[in-house]
Amino acid sequence: MLTLDPVQELELLEEEMTDLLGGVHVYPLVNVWSNETEAVLTAELPGAEAKDLEISVMGDALALCGTRQSQELKENEQYHRRERLAGKFARSLVLPFKVNADKVAAKLQHGILTVTLPRAEEDKPRKISLKPE
Amino acid sequence: MEQNVIQKREAQTPQGVEWASARKVFMPRTDICDKADEIIVMADMPGVDEASADVTLENGVLTINGKVKECACKDHVMHSQEYEIGDYQRAFTLSDEVDQNGIQAVVKNGVLTLRLPKVPRARARKITVKAE
Repeated sequence: MLTLDPVQELELLEEEMTDLLGGVHVYPLVNVWSNETEAVLTAELPGAEAKDLEISVMGDALALCGTRQSQELKENEQYHRRERLAGKFARSLVLPFKVNADKVAAKLQHGILTVTLPRAEEDKPRKISLKPE
Repeated sequence: MEQNVIQKREAQTPQGVEWASARKVFMPRTDICDKADEIIVMADMPGVDEASADVTLENGVLTINGKVKECACKDHVMHSQEYEIGDYQRAFTLSDEVDQNGIQAVVKNGVLTLRLPKVPRARARKITVKAE
């Protein structure tokens, strides 16, 4: 058997209680960076493969959904500990600006999703030059 | 329904001991599955690959470590942050049912999988009951 220390055990128990009470997990958690020309979204999706994910973008809205596979147990097998979330998930987010949906690029590496979202031309800030009188 | 945001839990240090680095260290979410002839440990360590994962076994304590690179978004500003970035560490005490010489570790898509074979005597044995 594998053992954990009591503090960790209590924290996990608290989390399991929330699950039992029917809470909905926000998964995956997402970070968004931006500059004037693009936004970059990252999400932690350990174990995910490209085929498990679906990303769609419209205007300044982004939707991310997919399924997290779990291991099927055979007879005489049991979980001593089950903390990794499994099942279907969906997130929708409002981006800092409208993006050019045709030029969105996404990559998945070592369980981290990175989506690069170029800002839509019509949405880019325009410099107004001041003319001398 | 309640929206339940689960943040990564920070890893514990022994009492009175602090981390030397400023980076946060998280405890990876882990599944432990007990099978007939082995125990499978799967730990979520997004951002960790075979070069940055480290598994050590000392005095019956199995420690998993994973280093995560900083995000390359240097010329961007943070717009919104839901999760923190840091390294991973977690330790498990092994009992003598595990064959400590046969442990295998694989990392794929940010998930570290350990296979801990059981020593033959700890494997479940089926005993047939004969009629007298």
